[in-house]
Amino acid sequence: MIQLTINGETRQFDQPITITQFINQNNLQGKRIAIERNGEIVPRSQFSEQLLTEGDRLEVVVAVGGG
Amino acid sequence: MDNLIIAGKTYRSRLLVGTGKYKDFTDTRAAIEASGAEIVTVAIRRTNIGQNTEEPNLLDSVPPSKYTLLPNTAGCYTLDDAVRTLRLARELLDGHNLVKLEVLGDPRTLYPNMVETLKAAEILVKEGFDVMVYTSDDPIAARQLEEIGCVAIMPLASLIGSGMGILNPWNLQIIIDNAKVPVLVDAGVGTASDAAIALELGCDGVLMNTAIAAAQHPILMASAMRKAVEAGREAYLAGRMTKKIYTASPSSPVEGVINSVSTINTNC
Repeated sequence: MIQLTINGETRQFDQPITITQFINQNNLQGKRIAIERNGEIVPRSQFSEQLLTEGDRLEVVVAVGGG
Repeated sequence: MDNLIIAGKTYRSRLLVGTGKYKDFTDTRAAIEASGAEIVTVAIRRTNIGQNTEEPNLLDSVPPSKYTLLPNTAGCYTLDDAVRTLRLARELLDGHNLVKLEVLGDPRTLYPNMVETLKAAEILVKEGFDVMVYTSDDPIAARQLEEIGCVAIMPLASLIGSGMGILNPWNLQIIIDNAKVPVLVDAGVGTASDAAIALELGCDGVLMNTAIAAAQHPILMASAMRKAVEAGREAYLAGRMTKKIYTASPSSPVEGVINSVSTINTNC
């Protein structure tokens, strides 16, 4: 069991997962998103390689209306 | 052609609009169309995880293929949040470098924190961003931001979302006169005449959101703003007449008014 903080919320996962697996589990595939892991940008090309581990903090963002 | 050039790219429209506060994306899109804007601001926010997966995406209504998107750092109160937000924006928009930096100092007035803004601008410019920067109307801060390498200086005309218009045209004038990069009024425009005044002063453009989105009829106001910006720019280029305080000057001929006493001697 690992614990991650995603968009400020704590979530438990049975085992370490890649970012691509996380995206698929949460129906975010095909969405225009950007991800930061522990304060660093994760390029889309690395989604399938980066394994999320205990204590990681993710920010998952989209573009919204604003001025 | 009289174009606006920002970071080497040419734009026909001098009106930049935001995408916040609209009823839905259909209205957002219609208002942008009516405004004629080519540069459109967007905010960057956390997405819903595992809920509402069918939520529409703003970028489907305002496609990056059609508009130059200008991601902002609205809501950021520290330089760290602002810089991270724009790095995320660049990743989100496939390496797009043009951004709007704002680092706020106070939730009530949304006044910019200029110390943090200057530091953030320095980091972002070094990282290759083309930074359009929201600033107080302090001419020294504006100059420093330009020296750092910001591609456009965007002073407030009055508080964000206040619609109070241009409260200090004198400061704006100093900033405009000193700047070698475009100066755009960002924040405070309430109605069309405010936008026209900004352009008449010599501003290179205006960025607005609430003045359009919070109008009773946003799409009509977007059209009004388009015309006001064009009118203000043309008036600026035309060069206004000199103001003559206390001295009237009739537009019609002084001579030949009926029933007036003639001074001409006809020698009869």
